[in-house]
Amino acid sequence: MELTNEEQEMLAGKQGNAVKKSMEILVALGEIFGAKRLIDVASVQVAGVSYHNLGDAGLEFLEELAKDGKVKVLTTLNPAGMDLENWQNLGISPEFAEKQKKVIEAFEKLGIVTTCTCTPYFIGNLPRFREHIAWSESSAVAFSNSVIGAFTNKEGGPSALAAALTGKTPEYGLHLEENRQAQVLVKVNAKLEGTRDFGALGYAVGKKIGNKIPLIKGIQKANIEELKTFSASIATYGGTGLYHIEGITPAKTITPKEEILIVEQEIEDAKKALNDAAEGEIDLVAVGCPHCSIKELQKIAQLLDGKKVKKETWICVARPVKSIADKMGYSKIIEESGAKFACDTCMAVAPLKGRFKALATDSAKGCFYGRGSNSFKTKFCTLEECIKEATE
Amino acid sequence: MNLKGRKICAGKAEGEAIVSEQGISFYGGVDPDTGIVVEKGHDLEGKSIAGKILIFPQGKGSTVGSYTMYRLKKNNKAPLAIINKECETIVAVGAIISEIPCIDKIDITQIKNGQKLKVDAENGIVEVNG
Repeated sequence: MELTNEEQEMLAGKQGNAVKKSMEILVALGEIFGAKRLIDVASVQVAGVSYHNLGDAGLEFLEELAKDGKVKVLTTLNPAGMDLENWQNLGISPEFAEKQKKVIEAFEKLGIVTTCTCTPYFIGNLPRFREHIAWSESSAVAFSNSVIGAFTNKEGGPSALAAALTGKTPEYGLHLEENRQAQVLVKVNAKLEGTRDFGALGYAVGKKIGNKIPLIKGIQKANIEELKTFSASIATYGGTGLYHIEGITPAKTITPKEEILIVEQEIEDAKKALNDAAEGEIDLVAVGCPHCSIKELQKIAQLLDGKKVKKETWICVARPVKSIADKMGYSKIIEESGAKFACDTCMAVAPLKGRFKALATDSAKGCFYGRGSNSFKTKFCTLEECIKEATE
Repeated sequence: MNLKGRKICAGKAEGEAIVSEQGISFYGGVDPDTGIVVEKGHDLEGKSIAGKILIFPQGKGSTVGSYTMYRLKKNNKAPLAIINKECETIVAVGAIISEIPCIDKIDITQIKNGQKLKVDAENGIVEVNG
Protein backbone atom coordinates (compact mmCIF):
# COMPACT_ATOMS: atom_id res chain seq x y z
CA MET A 1 0.00 0.00 0.00
CA GLU A 2 1.28 3.48 -0.85
CA LEU A 3 1.33 5.97 1.99
CA THR A 4 1.72 9.75 1.72
CA ASN A 5 4.54 11.44 3.63
CA GLU A 6 2.12 12.53 6.31
CA GLU A 7 0.72 9.00 6.66
CA GLN A 8 4.23 7.58 6.96
CA GLU A 9 4.95 10.05 9.74
CA MET A 10 1.73 9.05 11.50
CA LEU A 11 2.80 5.40 11.26
CA ALA A 12 6.24 6.28 12.64
CA GLY A 13 4.67 7.81 15.73
CA LYS A 14 5.14 11.53 15.02
CA GLN A 15 1.54 12.23 16.03
CA GLY A 16 1.70 10.15 19.18
CA ASN A 17 1.01 6.59 20.23
CA ALA A 18 -2.75 6.45 19.60
CA VAL A 19 -2.28 7.58 15.99
CA LYS A 20 0.65 5.16 15.54
CA LYS A 21 -1.37 2.19 16.80
CA SER A 22 -4.30 3.26 14.61
CA MET A 23 -2.12 3.48 11.51
CA GLU A 24 -0.71 0.01 12.23
CA ILE A 25 -4.26 -1.36 12.27
CA LEU A 26 -5.27 0.46 9.06
CA VAL A 27 -2.11 -0.52 7.17
CA ALA A 28 -2.41 -4.18 8.22
CA LEU A 29 -6.05 -4.28 7.09
CA GLY A 30 -5.14 -2.50 3.86
CA GLU A 31 -2.45 -5.08 3.13
CA ILE A 32 -4.73 -8.03 3.95
CA PHE A 33 -7.50 -6.79 1.67
CA GLY A 34 -5.25 -5.48 -1.10
CA ALA A 35 -5.99 -1.74 -0.69
CA LYS A 36 -3.79 0.56 -2.77
CA ARG A 37 -4.10 3.57 -0.48
CA LEU A 38 -5.85 5.17 2.46
CA ILE A 39 -8.81 7.50 1.86
CA ASP A 40 -10.39 10.20 4.02
CA VAL A 41 -13.61 9.41 5.86
CA ALA A 42 -16.29 11.94 6.81
CA SER A 43 -17.61 10.23 9.92
CA VAL A 44 -17.21 7.19 12.16
CA GLN A 45 -19.57 5.03 14.22
CA VAL A 46 -17.81 3.03 16.96
CA ALA A 47 -19.14 -0.29 18.30
CA GLY A 48 -17.77 -2.19 21.30
CA VAL A 49 -19.11 0.11 24.01
CA SER A 50 -20.74 -2.22 26.52
CA TYR A 51 -18.49 -3.02 29.47
CA HIS A 52 -20.09 -6.47 29.32
CA ASN A 53 -18.09 -7.12 26.11
CA LEU A 54 -15.00 -4.99 26.76
CA GLY A 55 -14.10 -6.14 30.26
CA ASP A 56 -11.29 -4.48 32.22
CA ALA A 57 -8.74 -5.11 29.48
CA GLY A 58 -10.89 -3.36 26.86
CA LEU A 59 -11.37 -0.45 29.23
CA GLU A 60 -7.62 -0.30 29.78
CA PHE A 61 -7.04 -0.27 26.00
CA LEU A 62 -9.42 2.70 25.60
CA GLU A 63 -7.83 4.59 28.50
CA GLU A 64 -4.40 3.98 26.96
CA LEU A 65 -5.60 5.42 23.61
CA ALA A 66 -7.21 8.38 25.38
CA LYS A 67 -3.84 9.41 26.84
CA ASP A 68 -2.82 11.14 23.62
CA GLY A 69 -5.57 10.34 21.08
CA LYS A 70 -8.25 12.69 19.70
CA VAL A 71 -10.71 11.87 16.94
CA LYS A 72 -10.23 13.81 13.69
CA VAL A 73 -13.79 13.43 12.32
CA LEU A 74 -17.34 13.34 13.69
CA THR A 75 -17.55 10.12 15.70
CA THR A 76 -20.57 8.65 17.48
CA LEU A 77 -21.01 5.62 19.74
CA ASN A 78 -23.02 2.41 19.69
CA PRO A 79 -25.31 1.50 22.62
CA ALA A 80 -23.69 0.92 26.02
CA GLY A 81 -24.55 -1.82 28.51
CA MET A 82 -26.97 0.42 30.39
CA ASP A 83 -28.98 3.64 30.43
CA LEU A 84 -26.25 6.08 31.47
CA GLU A 85 -28.58 8.16 33.65
CA ASN A 86 -31.36 5.86 34.63
CA TRP A 87 -29.49 2.55 35.06
CA GLN A 88 -30.86 1.74 38.50
CA ASN A 89 -34.41 1.70 37.16
CA LEU A 90 -33.32 -1.06 34.71
CA GLY A 91 -31.84 -3.24 37.46
CA ILE A 92 -28.14 -2.74 36.60
CA SER A 93 -25.64 -3.36 39.43
CA PRO A 94 -23.62 -0.41 40.82
CA GLU A 95 -20.36 -2.29 40.07
CA PHE A 96 -21.26 -2.65 36.40
CA ALA A 97 -22.45 0.97 36.26
CA GLU A 98 -19.17 2.27 37.63
CA LYS A 99 -17.12 0.40 35.00
CA GLN A 100 -19.50 1.36 32.19
CA LYS A 101 -19.16 5.03 33.16
CA LYS A 102 -15.38 4.74 32.96
CA VAL A 103 -15.66 3.34 29.44
CA ILE A 104 -17.81 6.33 28.43
CA GLU A 105 -15.36 8.75 30.06
CA ALA A 106 -12.51 7.30 27.99
CA PHE A 107 -14.56 7.72 24.80
CA GLU A 108 -15.41 11.29 25.80
CA LYS A 109 -11.74 12.05 26.37
CA LEU A 110 -11.09 10.84 22.84
CA GLY A 111 -13.50 13.51 21.61
CA ILE A 112 -16.28 11.09 20.65
CA VAL A 113 -19.92 12.24 20.85
CA THR A 114 -21.22 9.87 23.51
CA THR A 115 -24.84 9.64 22.44
CA CYS A 116 -24.93 5.86 22.55
CA THR A 117 -27.15 4.62 19.77
CA CYS A 118 -27.30 2.15 16.89
CA THR A 119 -29.22 4.80 14.88
CA PRO A 120 -26.57 7.56 14.55
CA TYR A 121 -28.45 8.82 11.47
CA PHE A 122 -31.28 9.96 13.79
CA ILE A 123 -29.04 12.07 16.02
CA GLY A 124 -26.83 14.10 13.73
CA ASN A 125 -24.38 11.62 12.24
CA LEU A 126 -25.97 11.56 8.79
CA PRO A 127 -23.65 10.93 5.83
CA ARG A 128 -24.57 11.97 2.32
CA PHE A 129 -24.94 9.87 -0.82
CA ARG A 130 -21.56 8.41 -1.94
CA GLU A 131 -19.69 9.85 1.03
CA HIS A 132 -16.92 7.62 2.45
CA ILE A 133 -17.40 6.77 6.12
CA ALA A 134 -16.07 4.10 8.52
CA TRP A 135 -18.91 2.64 10.54
CA SER A 136 -19.31 -0.39 12.73
CA GLU A 137 -22.69 -1.73 13.95
CA SER A 138 -23.98 -4.04 11.22
CA SER A 139 -27.50 -2.56 11.09
CA ALA A 140 -26.19 1.01 10.73
CA VAL A 141 -23.68 -0.14 8.09
CA ALA A 142 -26.43 -1.77 6.02
CA PHE A 143 -28.69 1.29 6.48
CA SER A 144 -26.04 3.85 5.52
CA ASN A 145 -24.74 1.87 2.53
CA SER A 146 -28.17 0.95 1.21
CA VAL A 147 -30.79 3.52 2.23
CA ILE A 148 -28.48 6.56 2.20
CA GLY A 149 -25.97 5.30 -0.36
CA ALA A 150 -22.87 6.21 1.66
CA PHE A 151 -19.74 4.01 1.28
CA THR A 152 -18.53 1.97 4.26
CA ASN A 153 -17.13 -1.45 5.03
CA LYS A 154 -18.38 -3.35 8.08
CA GLU A 155 -15.86 -2.14 10.62
CA GLY A 156 -15.16 -3.70 14.00
CA GLY A 157 -14.81 -1.60 17.14
CA PRO A 158 -11.01 -1.12 17.03
CA SER A 159 -10.80 -0.56 13.25
CA ALA A 160 -13.53 2.09 13.50
CA LEU A 161 -11.60 3.76 16.34
CA ALA A 162 -8.46 3.66 14.21
CA ALA A 163 -10.36 5.44 11.40
CA ALA A 164 -11.65 8.05 13.87
CA LEU A 165 -8.20 8.81 15.29
CA THR A 166 -6.64 9.24 11.83
CA GLY A 167 -9.64 10.33 9.71
CA LYS A 168 -8.69 7.57 7.25
CA THR A 169 -9.58 4.06 6.14
CA PRO A 170 -8.02 1.65 3.62
CA GLU A 171 -9.70 1.74 0.21
CA TYR A 172 -11.09 -1.76 -0.38
CA GLY A 173 -14.39 -3.63 -0.36
CA LEU A 174 -17.50 -1.46 -0.32
CA HIS A 175 -15.45 1.74 -0.78
CA LEU A 176 -14.99 0.72 -4.41
CA GLU A 177 -17.86 1.15 -6.88
CA GLU A 178 -17.18 -2.19 -8.61
CA ASN A 179 -17.74 -4.09 -5.36
CA ARG A 180 -21.13 -2.47 -4.75
CA GLN A 181 -23.00 -4.10 -7.61
CA ALA A 182 -25.79 -6.57 -6.87
CA GLN A 183 -24.79 -10.25 -7.01
CA VAL A 184 -28.20 -11.88 -6.79
CA LEU A 185 -31.67 -10.84 -7.91
CA VAL A 186 -34.34 -11.40 -5.26
CA LYS A 187 -37.95 -11.28 -6.46
CA VAL A 188 -40.36 -10.79 -3.58
CA ASN A 189 -43.94 -11.90 -4.03
CA ALA A 190 -45.48 -11.17 -0.65
CA LYS A 191 -47.49 -8.47 1.09
CA LEU A 192 -45.32 -6.64 3.60
CA GLU A 193 -46.34 -4.08 6.16
CA GLY A 194 -44.75 -2.97 9.42
CA THR A 195 -41.47 -3.69 11.19
CA ARG A 196 -42.27 -7.34 11.93
CA ASP A 197 -42.89 -8.17 8.24
CA PHE A 198 -39.72 -6.40 7.11
CA GLY A 199 -37.73 -8.14 9.85
CA ALA A 200 -39.11 -11.46 8.61
CA LEU A 201 -38.13 -10.53 5.04
CA GLY A 202 -34.56 -9.80 6.21
CA TYR A 203 -34.47 -13.21 7.87
CA ALA A 204 -35.83 -15.03 4.80
CA VAL A 205 -33.52 -13.24 2.32
CA GLY A 206 -30.46 -13.33 4.59
CA LYS A 207 -30.77 -17.09 5.22
CA LYS A 208 -31.06 -17.71 1.47
CA ILE A 209 -28.29 -15.49 0.07
CA GLY A 210 -25.76 -15.25 2.93
CA ASN A 211 -23.50 -12.22 2.51
CA LYS A 212 -24.17 -11.64 -1.21
CA ILE A 213 -25.41 -8.19 -2.25
CA PRO A 214 -29.04 -8.47 -3.39
CA LEU A 215 -31.12 -6.43 -5.81
CA ILE A 216 -34.62 -6.82 -4.41
CA LYS A 217 -37.62 -6.34 -6.68
CA GLY A 218 -41.32 -6.41 -5.86
CA ILE A 219 -41.46 -4.09 -2.84
CA GLN A 220 -43.95 -1.32 -3.54
CA LYS A 221 -43.26 0.83 -0.49
CA ALA A 222 -41.14 0.86 2.64
CA ASN A 223 -40.78 3.61 5.24
CA ILE A 224 -37.64 4.48 7.23
CA GLU A 225 -38.69 2.36 10.23
CA GLU A 226 -39.25 -0.67 8.02
CA LEU A 227 -35.90 -0.16 6.25
CA LYS A 228 -34.15 0.30 9.61
CA THR A 229 -35.38 -3.06 10.88
CA PHE A 230 -34.81 -4.75 7.50
CA SER A 231 -31.18 -3.52 7.56
CA ALA A 232 -30.69 -5.03 11.02
CA SER A 233 -32.30 -8.32 10.08
CA ILE A 234 -30.58 -8.97 6.73
CA ALA A 235 -27.19 -8.10 8.29
CA THR A 236 -27.83 -10.43 11.25
CA TYR A 237 -29.18 -13.45 9.38
CA GLY A 238 -27.23 -13.07 6.14
CA GLY A 239 -24.23 -10.83 6.70
CA THR A 240 -24.36 -8.38 3.81
CA GLY A 241 -23.46 -4.75 4.47
CA LEU A 242 -25.33 -3.53 1.38
CA TYR A 243 -28.59 -4.22 -0.44
CA HIS A 244 -30.50 -2.57 -3.27
CA ILE A 245 -34.29 -2.29 -3.48
CA GLU A 246 -35.67 -1.29 -6.87
CA GLY A 247 -37.48 2.05 -6.69
CA ILE A 248 -36.48 2.66 -3.05
CA THR A 249 -32.70 2.74 -2.55
CA PRO A 250 -30.70 5.38 -4.49
CA ALA A 251 -27.69 3.58 -5.98
CA LYS A 252 -27.52 2.23 -9.52
CA THR A 253 -26.66 -1.43 -9.95
CA ILE A 254 -26.47 -4.06 -12.65
CA THR A 255 -29.19 -6.73 -12.65
CA PRO A 256 -27.53 -10.05 -11.77
CA LYS A 257 -28.28 -13.29 -13.60
CA GLU A 258 -28.67 -15.42 -10.47
CA GLU A 259 -32.26 -15.14 -9.35
CA ILE A 260 -34.26 -16.32 -6.36
CA LEU A 261 -37.89 -15.95 -5.38
CA ILE A 262 -39.30 -15.15 -1.93
CA VAL A 263 -42.98 -16.03 -1.53
CA GLU A 264 -45.55 -15.28 1.19
CA GLN A 265 -45.05 -18.71 2.78
CA GLU A 266 -41.35 -17.99 3.43
CA ILE A 267 -42.25 -14.78 5.26
CA GLU A 268 -44.70 -16.80 7.38
CA ASP A 269 -42.03 -19.47 8.00
CA ALA A 270 -39.56 -16.77 9.13
CA LYS A 271 -42.10 -15.45 11.63
CA LYS A 272 -42.66 -18.98 12.96
CA ALA A 273 -38.92 -19.69 13.18
CA LEU A 274 -38.45 -16.77 15.58
CA ASN A 275 -41.35 -17.84 17.82
CA ASP A 276 -40.53 -20.44 20.44
CA ALA A 277 -41.94 -18.91 23.63
CA ALA A 278 -44.89 -20.74 25.15
CA GLU A 279 -48.20 -19.02 25.96
CA GLY A 280 -47.88 -17.03 29.21
CA GLU A 281 -44.10 -17.36 29.34
CA ILE A 282 -43.17 -13.78 28.28
CA ASP A 283 -41.63 -11.73 31.11
CA LEU A 284 -39.83 -9.04 29.05
CA VAL A 285 -41.24 -6.90 26.26
CA ALA A 286 -38.71 -4.77 24.38
CA VAL A 287 -39.04 -2.60 21.30
CA GLY A 288 -36.52 -0.33 19.62
CA CYS A 289 -33.97 -2.67 18.01
CA PRO A 290 -32.60 -0.70 16.19
CA HIS A 291 -33.48 2.28 18.42
CA CYS A 292 -36.96 3.82 17.99
CA SER A 293 -37.66 6.78 15.72
CA ILE A 294 -39.81 9.66 16.99
CA LYS A 295 -42.65 8.27 14.84
CA GLU A 296 -42.41 4.93 16.64
CA LEU A 297 -42.47 6.69 20.04
CA GLN A 298 -45.60 8.56 18.97
CA LYS A 299 -47.25 5.27 18.00
CA ILE A 300 -46.18 3.54 21.24
CA ALA A 301 -47.61 6.44 23.27
CA GLN A 302 -50.92 6.13 21.42
CA LEU A 303 -51.03 2.39 22.07
CA LEU A 304 -50.14 2.75 25.77
CA ASP A 305 -52.37 5.76 26.50
CA GLY A 306 -54.43 5.10 29.65
CA LYS A 307 -53.13 1.54 30.03
CA LYS A 308 -50.76 -0.10 32.56
CA VAL A 309 -48.06 -2.59 31.66
CA LYS A 310 -48.01 -5.84 33.64
CA LYS A 311 -44.58 -7.01 32.48
CA GLU A 312 -41.13 -5.44 32.37
CA THR A 313 -41.33 -3.28 29.23
CA TRP A 314 -38.36 -1.53 27.61
CA ILE A 315 -38.55 1.18 24.98
CA CYS A 316 -35.01 1.39 23.56
CA VAL A 317 -34.09 4.74 22.08
CA ALA A 318 -31.35 7.33 21.61
CA ARG A 319 -31.54 9.95 24.34
CA PRO A 320 -31.86 12.94 21.92
CA VAL A 321 -34.86 11.24 20.23
CA LYS A 322 -36.48 10.68 23.64
CA SER A 323 -36.04 14.39 24.41
CA ILE A 324 -38.31 15.16 21.43
CA ALA A 325 -40.86 12.75 22.90
CA ASP A 326 -40.51 14.56 26.27
CA LYS A 327 -41.44 17.82 24.60
CA MET A 328 -44.43 16.28 22.82
CA GLY A 329 -45.78 14.60 25.98
CA TYR A 330 -45.29 11.06 24.58
CA SER A 331 -42.74 10.23 27.29
CA LYS A 332 -45.18 11.11 30.06
CA ILE A 333 -47.82 8.77 28.62
CA ILE A 334 -45.29 5.97 28.16
CA GLU A 335 -43.83 6.32 31.65
CA GLU A 336 -47.26 6.59 33.32
CA SER A 337 -48.09 3.19 31.85
CA GLY A 338 -45.15 1.73 33.77
CA ALA A 339 -43.09 1.06 30.61
CA LYS A 340 -39.44 2.08 30.96
CA PHE A 341 -37.23 4.00 28.60
CA ALA A 342 -33.91 2.31 27.98
CA CYS A 343 -31.87 5.19 26.56
CA ASP A 344 -28.24 4.66 25.45
CA THR A 345 -28.73 0.86 25.57
CA CYS A 346 -30.96 -2.00 24.44
CA MET A 347 -31.96 -5.57 25.26
CA ALA A 348 -29.16 -6.92 23.03
CA VAL A 349 -26.19 -5.34 24.87
CA ALA A 350 -27.40 -4.92 28.47
CA PRO A 351 -26.34 -7.71 30.89
CA LEU A 352 -29.73 -9.44 31.09
CA LYS A 353 -28.84 -13.14 31.12
CA GLY A 354 -30.67 -14.98 33.86
CA ARG A 355 -33.02 -12.09 34.66
CA PHE A 356 -35.76 -13.03 32.20
CA LYS A 357 -37.10 -16.18 30.57
CA ALA A 358 -38.79 -15.01 27.39
CA LEU A 359 -38.72 -11.87 25.27
CA ALA A 360 -41.48 -10.41 23.08
CA THR A 361 -40.21 -7.98 20.43
CA ASP A 362 -40.96 -6.67 16.94
CA SER A 363 -37.27 -7.01 16.02
CA ALA A 364 -35.91 -10.06 14.19
CA LYS A 365 -32.38 -9.01 15.20
CA GLY A 366 -33.55 -8.65 18.80
CA CYS A 367 -34.73 -12.28 18.68
CA PHE A 368 -31.25 -13.41 17.54
CA TYR A 369 -29.42 -11.71 20.39
CA GLY A 370 -32.14 -12.56 22.90
CA ARG A 371 -31.68 -16.22 22.05
CA GLY A 372 -27.91 -16.22 21.63
CA SER A 373 -26.33 -14.04 24.29
CA ASN A 374 -29.18 -14.21 26.80
CA SER A 375 -30.69 -17.68 26.25
CA PHE A 376 -34.23 -16.23 26.15
CA LYS A 377 -37.11 -17.80 24.35
CA THR A 378 -38.68 -15.32 21.93
CA LYS A 379 -42.03 -14.17 20.62
CA PHE A 380 -41.71 -12.26 17.36
CA CYS A 381 -44.72 -10.01 16.87
CA THR A 382 -45.94 -6.66 15.54
CA LEU A 383 -45.46 -3.46 17.52
CA GLU A 384 -49.20 -3.48 18.36
CA GLU A 385 -48.98 -7.09 19.59
CA CYS A 386 -45.91 -6.23 21.69
CA ILE A 387 -47.82 -3.51 23.52
CA LYS A 388 -50.82 -5.84 23.90
CA GLU A 389 -48.50 -8.51 25.35
CA ALA A 390 -47.13 -5.95 27.83
CA THR A 391 -50.52 -4.71 29.02
CA GLU A 392 -52.44 -7.99 29.25
CA MET B 1 12.01 -26.76 7.77
CA ASN B 2 11.24 -23.09 7.13
CA LEU B 3 7.81 -21.86 6.09
CA LYS B 4 7.39 -18.43 4.53
CA GLY B 5 4.31 -16.26 4.92
CA ARG B 6 3.20 -12.66 5.31
CA LYS B 7 3.67 -10.41 8.32
CA ILE B 8 0.45 -9.25 9.99
CA CYS B 9 2.00 -8.06 13.26
CA ALA B 10 5.76 -7.92 13.85
CA GLY B 11 7.58 -9.66 16.70
CA LYS B 12 9.48 -12.83 17.56
CA ALA B 13 8.44 -15.90 19.54
CA GLU B 14 9.64 -19.39 20.31
CA GLY B 15 7.46 -22.16 21.67
CA GLU B 16 5.29 -25.21 21.22
CA ALA B 17 2.63 -25.45 18.51
CA ILE B 18 -1.06 -25.98 19.28
CA VAL B 19 -2.89 -26.68 16.03
CA SER B 20 -6.58 -26.40 15.18
CA GLU B 21 -8.16 -27.35 11.87
CA GLN B 22 -11.13 -25.08 12.61
CA GLY B 23 -11.84 -21.35 12.70
CA ILE B 24 -11.62 -19.70 16.11
CA SER B 25 -14.08 -17.17 17.49
CA PHE B 26 -12.24 -15.43 20.32
CA TYR B 27 -15.41 -13.70 21.54
CA GLY B 28 -17.49 -16.40 23.18
CA GLY B 29 -15.14 -19.16 22.00
CA VAL B 30 -12.14 -18.56 24.30
CA ASP B 31 -12.30 -17.74 28.00
CA PRO B 32 -10.36 -14.45 28.38
CA ASP B 33 -9.44 -15.21 32.00
CA THR B 34 -8.00 -18.70 31.48
CA GLY B 35 -7.05 -18.95 27.79
CA ILE B 36 -9.11 -22.14 27.51
CA VAL B 37 -11.16 -22.81 24.37
CA VAL B 38 -14.79 -23.14 25.43
CA GLU B 39 -16.63 -23.38 22.09
CA LYS B 40 -18.77 -26.55 22.15
CA GLY B 41 -17.55 -29.17 19.70
CA HIS B 42 -14.37 -27.24 18.75
CA ASP B 43 -11.31 -29.42 18.16
CA LEU B 44 -9.47 -27.45 20.87
CA GLU B 45 -12.40 -27.46 23.35
CA GLY B 46 -11.05 -27.66 26.91
CA LYS B 47 -7.44 -26.95 25.83
CA SER B 48 -5.46 -23.84 26.77
CA ILE B 49 -3.89 -21.65 24.09
CA ALA B 50 -1.92 -19.64 26.69
CA GLY B 51 1.84 -19.52 26.17
CA LYS B 52 1.67 -21.60 22.97
CA ILE B 53 2.07 -20.76 19.32
CA LEU B 54 -1.48 -20.98 18.03
CA ILE B 55 -2.06 -22.29 14.52
CA PHE B 56 -5.52 -22.20 12.90
CA PRO B 57 -6.98 -21.47 9.46
CA GLN B 58 -8.68 -18.16 10.24
CA GLY B 59 -10.76 -16.17 12.71
CA LYS B 60 -14.56 -16.08 12.76
CA GLY B 61 -17.45 -14.61 14.74
CA SER B 62 -17.98 -11.23 16.40
CA THR B 63 -15.57 -8.34 15.91
CA VAL B 64 -15.54 -7.99 19.72
CA GLY B 65 -13.09 -10.91 19.47
CA SER B 66 -10.22 -8.42 18.95
CA TYR B 67 -10.85 -7.11 22.46
CA THR B 68 -10.99 -10.67 23.81
CA MET B 69 -7.45 -11.19 22.46
CA TYR B 70 -6.38 -8.01 24.24
CA ARG B 71 -7.94 -9.30 27.46
CA LEU B 72 -6.03 -12.58 27.08
CA LYS B 73 -2.78 -10.67 26.68
CA LYS B 74 -3.43 -8.52 29.76
CA ASN B 75 -4.27 -11.66 31.75
CA ASN B 76 -1.03 -13.34 30.58
CA LYS B 77 -3.11 -16.02 28.87
CA ALA B 78 -2.49 -15.05 25.25
CA PRO B 79 -0.73 -17.25 22.71
CA LEU B 80 2.96 -16.35 22.12
CA ALA B 81 2.27 -15.98 18.40
CA ILE B 82 -0.51 -16.70 15.90
CA ILE B 83 -0.14 -18.40 12.53
CA ASN B 84 -3.08 -18.39 10.14
CA LYS B 85 -3.76 -19.80 6.72
CA GLU B 86 -5.67 -16.62 5.84
CA CYS B 87 -5.88 -13.83 8.41
CA GLU B 88 -9.08 -11.75 8.63
CA THR B 89 -9.99 -8.48 10.35
CA ILE B 90 -10.78 -9.73 13.84
CA VAL B 91 -7.52 -11.62 14.42
CA ALA B 92 -5.36 -9.04 12.58
CA VAL B 93 -6.70 -6.17 14.69
CA GLY B 94 -6.59 -8.26 17.86
CA ALA B 95 -2.93 -9.20 17.23
CA ILE B 96 -1.93 -5.58 16.59
CA ILE B 97 -3.61 -4.05 19.62
CA SER B 98 -2.34 -6.90 21.82
CA GLU B 99 1.15 -6.98 20.28
CA ILE B 100 0.99 -10.69 19.50
CA PRO B 101 3.32 -11.63 16.60
CA CYS B 102 1.16 -12.86 13.72
CA ILE B 103 1.84 -14.35 10.28
CA ASP B 104 -0.53 -15.61 7.61
CA LYS B 105 -0.38 -17.27 4.16
CA ILE B 106 1.33 -20.29 5.71
CA ASP B 107 0.58 -23.89 4.71
CA ILE B 108 -0.52 -24.82 8.22
CA THR B 109 -0.95 -28.53 7.35
CA GLN B 110 2.88 -28.70 7.59
CA ILE B 111 2.74 -27.99 11.33
CA LYS B 112 1.86 -30.64 13.91
CA ASN B 113 0.70 -30.33 17.49
CA GLY B 114 3.58 -30.11 19.99
CA GLN B 115 6.30 -29.24 17.47
CA LYS B 116 8.82 -26.60 18.53
CA LEU B 117 8.51 -23.44 16.45
CA LYS B 118 10.52 -20.25 16.00
CA VAL B 119 8.49 -17.35 14.63
CA ASP B 120 10.03 -14.25 13.06
CA ALA B 121 6.94 -12.29 12.10
CA GLU B 122 8.77 -9.26 10.71
CA ASN B 123 10.22 -11.48 7.97
CA GLY B 124 7.20 -13.81 7.82
CA ILE B 125 9.26 -16.89 8.70
CA VAL B 126 8.23 -19.94 10.76
CA GLU B 127 11.03 -22.36 11.62
CA VAL B 128 9.72 -25.87 12.40
CA ASN B 129 11.90 -28.16 14.51
CA GLY B 130 11.32 -31.77 15.52
